[in-house]
Amino acid sequence: MAKRKGTGNRETGTGATDGNGRANAATARQPHSSRFPVPSSQSASDRASAKLTRDQKLDLYYWMRLTRSLEERLVALYRQTKVVGGLFRSLGQEADAVGSAYALERRDILSPLIRNLGAMLVKGATPLEILRQYMAKGDSPTRGRELNIHFGDTDRGFIGQISPLGDMVPVMAGVTMTFKMRRQDRVGLVYVGDGATSTGAFHEGINFAAVQRLPLVVIVENNGYAYSTPISKQTAARQFVDKAIGYGVPGAQADGNDVLAVYDVTKAAVDRARAGGGVSLIELMTYRRKGHAEHDNQSYVPPGEIERWAAENDPVDRYLVVMREELGATDQEIAAIDARVVQEVDAATDEAEKSPPPEPLDALIGVYADPPRERPLWFRDGTDRAVDVNERAEGWGTWSARTGSA
Amino acid sequence: MAEITYLEAVREALVEEMDRDENVFCLGEDIGAYGGAFKVTDGLLSRFGESRVIDTPISEIGIVGAAAGAGHMGMRPVVEMQFIDFVANAYDILTNYVATARYRAFLPCPMVVRGPSGGYVRGGPFHSQNPEAGFIHTPGLKVVYPATAEDAKGLMKSAIRDDDCVLFFEHKYLYRRIKGEMPQGDHTVPIGKARLAREGRDVSIITYAATVWKALEAAEQLEAQDGLSVEVLDLRTLAPLDDEAIFATVRKTNRVLVLHEDTRTGGIAGEITSRINESCFEWLDAPVLRVTAHDIPLPYAPSLEDFVLPQTSDIVRAVRRLAAY
Repeated sequence: MAKRKGTGNRETGTGATDGNGRANAATARQPHSSRFPVPSSQSASDRASAKLTRDQKLDLYYWMRLTRSLEERLVALYRQTKVVGGLFRSLGQEADAVGSAYALERRDILSPLIRNLGAMLVKGATPLEILRQYMAKGDSPTRGRELNIHFGDTDRGFIGQISPLGDMVPVMAGVTMTFKMRRQDRVGLVYVGDGATSTGAFHEGINFAAVQRLPLVVIVENNGYAYSTPISKQTAARQFVDKAIGYGVPGAQADGNDVLAVYDVTKAAVDRARAGGGVSLIELMTYRRKGHAEHDNQSYVPPGEIERWAAENDPVDRYLVVMREELGATDQEIAAIDARVVQEVDAATDEAEKSPPPEPLDALIGVYADPPRERPLWFRDGTDRAVDVNERAEGWGTWSARTGSA
Repeated sequence: MAEITYLEAVREALVEEMDRDENVFCLGEDIGAYGGAFKVTDGLLSRFGESRVIDTPISEIGIVGAAAGAGHMGMRPVVEMQFIDFVANAYDILTNYVATARYRAFLPCPMVVRGPSGGYVRGGPFHSQNPEAGFIHTPGLKVVYPATAEDAKGLMKSAIRDDDCVLFFEHKYLYRRIKGEMPQGDHTVPIGKARLAREGRDVSIITYAATVWKALEAAEQLEAQDGLSVEVLDLRTLAPLDDEAIFATVRKTNRVLVLHEDTRTGGIAGEITSRINESCFEWLDAPVLRVTAHDIPLPYAPSLEDFVLPQTSDIVRAVRRLAAY
């Protein structure tokens, strides 16, 4: 249960450094600690979240609960071997994904990471899509070509990640460069983990975006571990937000397990980007309570650490306190949201299980716009059915570069 | 019409496409104010402005990734690698991200990655490379490598209009040595189609880029000295390969030399030989031979570079062996 509630965030950056150029060294924390005394620099009424309606604040709970319940359902399906690949959890990080995505407008685009299921749901990905995707169904968003939550939809405003970490930072620099060139009132948001900050792609992407003053928000989710590697082996920096100084962009750090604090810090950066203020870097302090993926036994985690986080700093538990004490949410109201989530996940599961696997020959379509298909190899059974492939409608499995839609 | 150089032909294509389509823009290191290390983009900044001719940090991952993101949104970026050797820095983002985007995510990457390539210029190990084979091996990318000024222009225009990522190799040895008269009007050359550079009856040389000119030189010599009629096929596009044109020349002469400036092991000559073997075995009167560079990083000294790279005399020797088989 939360020891504190409604913690805020504080901003750092080029304008807030000490004489040695170090931002907020005093606030540097070991992420292993389950408490984040990140002081609030804003009064309660100044916070962007103060402008959210009560319904919107209940909405935040719905998205976090949906994220958690959907992942719990996926665990059950994984154990039944219906999830054919790996399963990645965001347990304990739901606030960071949901609170940040909630700060975007519908026309904005984000690129999620493996632990941002919540951000994708907020942006319009459906539980049915997620389930079909994990179960490698033929009608999944990637038609069985990609795993887990690696998919996107530019119309709904999310672009799927790839596994090499940091690569989405330059890609999102290009997306937001287009917003700027076309003078569109749109903002991009890209998530990286503590580990990805060590990559060349992260560095090149954020540096280029900063130079070009692109409307891009970069969120570093500091959850303590990159697979098994603790942050002490990832960086010699005292805190990831310090890296903002090197890129000449404003940095801010916030309690990633406080959904309203995440919303506040992201909204400020999004507003700044929209107003032409360029790139911001946000470090969200959180904790990865499950392994890298479901197979990971977390043997590298010090004893008691996970349990302490679960008991003291669960983002959903903490927000329930806020809902009850500040929003006056009743048990009945909360139970109704929980029931809605269960019903939605149940219905999506039933539907997803009915879906067929992809047709093998469909593997050959859509590598290029033109030619649209690869010829089957003569020694592979099914060559005689190649006609089925050729009878697909022109452009099947491809998107138009012009419109960005199918 | 006056003749223009290979380099000017590339520039003309960029200018015409940027005039035609406001979604086309260029980005790269030193391409704006300086006009590019080889001056390919000279004059573009003053004509199109900073928002369409973007000088970037030294960041091959960053700018290729940004081009992909812009491509997703409907732009048609043209990225310059200052030397194509540096495309190795962007190998991850090109092969893992760009090449797979359409297939795994239905995201188009209508972009061109172009740059000065190849040797014979005393450029040493990092300003002379021919890294095309690594990309030919990656489904999802197209690879173009013109030999003539006409093709440099026509293929560049087609590459910019292509809905997928095209790696456009420009041979720096040819930049100012080769000239051509540009056809009138909107001159495009289709990607995926080879060009018969010289007709012949006795032996075929299948090649591309700078070695097309070496092959033509060898063909002249062989005709004069040996009375041999040598056909030269300029592939122009390396991915997708023009199987039809390759098989046609094999069936015509029945003796084939595959020639490239790239190193031997894993070079595209091996792939072409395999395709001929699978589809034209009964048409062959001799084993398919290869003339390539040695499997050596390209050295600087003229005596070393000339020894490592294929020369006209190597081609002559190989064709004579084929003819005598």
